[in-house]
Amino acid sequence: MTSALFIEQLLNGLQFGVMLFLMAAGLTLVFGVMGLINLAHGALYMVGAFACATVANFTGSFWLGLAASIVAAATAGAIVELVVIRRLYKRDHLDQVLATFALILIFSEGTRWVFGSFPLYLNVPDLLSGPVMLPGGIQYSLYRLAIIVIGGLVALGLYFLIAKTRLGIRIRAGESDREMIAALGVDIRLLYTIVFALGAALAGFAGALVGAIQSVQVGMGEPVLILAFVVIVIGGIGSIKGALVGAILVGIVDTMGRFLLPMFFQLFMENAQANSVGSALASMSIYILMALVLIFKPKGLFPAHG
Amino acid sequence: MSKLDILKASLVGLSLCVATTATAEPVKVGMITTLSGGGSGLGIDVRDGFMLAVKQAGNKDLTVVIEDDARKPGLAVQIADKMIQSEKVDILTGIIWSNLAMAVVPGAVAQGKFYISPNAGPSQLAGKGCHPNYFNASFQNDNLPEGMGAYANKIGIKNSFIMAPNYPAGKDVLNGYKRFYKGKLAAEVYTKLGQTDYAAEIAQIRASGADSIFVFLPGGMGISFMKQYAQSGVNIPVTGPAFSFDQGILKAVGPSAVGVKNTSHWAKDLDFPANKPFVTSFEAEYGRLPSLYAVQGFDTANLILSAMSKASVKDMDAFRTALKAADFASPRGKLKFGNNQHLIQTIYVREVIKEGDIYTNKTEGIALENHQDAYAAQCKM
Repeated sequence: MTSALFIEQLLNGLQFGVMLFLMAAGLTLVFGVMGLINLAHGALYMVGAFACATVANFTGSFWLGLAASIVAAATAGAIVELVVIRRLYKRDHLDQVLATFALILIFSEGTRWVFGSFPLYLNVPDLLSGPVMLPGGIQYSLYRLAIIVIGGLVALGLYFLIAKTRLGIRIRAGESDREMIAALGVDIRLLYTIVFALGAALAGFAGALVGAIQSVQVGMGEPVLILAFVVIVIGGIGSIKGALVGAILVGIVDTMGRFLLPMFFQLFMENAQANSVGSALASMSIYILMALVLIFKPKGLFPAHG
Repeated sequence: MSKLDILKASLVGLSLCVATTATAEPVKVGMITTLSGGGSGLGIDVRDGFMLAVKQAGNKDLTVVIEDDARKPGLAVQIADKMIQSEKVDILTGIIWSNLAMAVVPGAVAQGKFYISPNAGPSQLAGKGCHPNYFNASFQNDNLPEGMGAYANKIGIKNSFIMAPNYPAGKDVLNGYKRFYKGKLAAEVYTKLGQTDYAAEIAQIRASGADSIFVFLPGGMGISFMKQYAQSGVNIPVTGPAFSFDQGILKAVGPSAVGVKNTSHWAKDLDFPANKPFVTSFEAEYGRLPSLYAVQGFDTANLILSAMSKASVKDMDAFRTALKAADFASPRGKLKFGNNQHLIQTIYVREVIKEGDIYTNKTEGIALENHQDAYAAQCKM
């Protein structure tokens, strides 16, 4: 094993983590501020990818597609909040899970109805296509590098939004005491719609970015949704910082597990068996991580409410 | 005359009755296939190919019920039970994935139903677990990779990096490749089924020093891998069984797949009398080119129809003999079953090309002629 390979895998883990962060940030905001479990977050991710693929194929510009993904997912999020989610805040979590699960089915079937069952074509923009040489002789996909940078910028932007703006103050206030902030004259219903649309926009943006290197198809959001839940449980529910740390932790543990575990078992096992045991254990690694974190920090690494 | 004798006599009478009305016996087919979620493109192609043959035959005695298994083994078993017990189907078919087939097929055939596989040929069902009621009209999982293994020797591949998802078909496929391939293995990697990100594996490929990559990643997995591979700057040639390079996914993969050599039991340009009409009628009906899954669905339906014209499905032995004769013209030429009721068929090498605006495959040559699977000898039939 060379150090170049090791660094490349670390970058892969970081890139995966950054992607998960975009998903988890919206999920954790919605959960933290509104106390809502939103299973339909993955559906918004899919909406973003489909919007991007459609607009990119129609106009020939990936960048317009990317903009469209944010607009489409935010719009879909706002509509869903106004029509369905709004009625769920006072209900218990089981009702929320049921209603948002129904939304997954509606979004999936709706998308299939409009676009058909075959995956759509969406490719990396020319500007970011191909590999790039990093110092130390490491060849790395430029697009993945760009995802890491974009993810970092989004994290910074979110930090400023939450910590430095009036909207951020209201969001934080809504997290700690929603009756009090309503009593102070803040339109809490509007705030909820904005937060939900913001979370949806982040999910849609992530879907579009990932769609270019994966397959844009119905049901693409659900596997990511599960990982995003793992991330927010590890990071502490409601905390953006927790989501960032949790996402990068999950990304790196998953990638390095897939890479190192089979090699580890090869030290004392026959090759084929080691591969099979190693890859089986690798797919469990993040859940083991989650279990460990919950044992030592039952509220996650950075719980929002102390 | 005891009660038992009366029963026997009436049974004999009944069977005579059935025998005389042999060809007009209605047949109900239950199709369990993947129509939603990841991999639904495969199930939809099988269904559409099947229904095209049913429509062309216009046989009123054949009814088909279709249900979606969403690629979930538990759901597939439930649907199979329902179809056998309350729908009273005579024949089951449709399953795409080997893990689902392993969950459904042994139970269904043991309950006296025919199962005809339009895709998925797990090794377990071809060897020791073969069954008189189980027919495979698609391929045994090892077949296509065996073809690629043989072809790899021919073009001088010496150091292969091989990769597949960690499930029954993934293992069958890599075993099939290794059975014929004589060179060294740079690495053998199993990924998670349904995995969408292959960065970690691509990094290993880059570091492995392999001279070729053999991948089996059906459906969306193949799209993700090919797109990411094209972005990675690694340019070791990719080969594989046709599943990752077939009509249904080439559009989504785009230029990244051009030039890839893959092995298949069917290609759109094969010169058989039934092939061209099939391709044109499929395109006219559904507005897209058929995939190999569509061919398998089409052949499964025609196989059932051909048996129906010869025997009653209630007379299982006669119907089985009629199925085994496979008396119809397939787009793959004349089909021939081996002792384990899997096909003995030619495996072709194809190359992905761009034809006008469409990405498709062109036949390059033959990898293995009239090839039978490796498990047939273990089957006691």
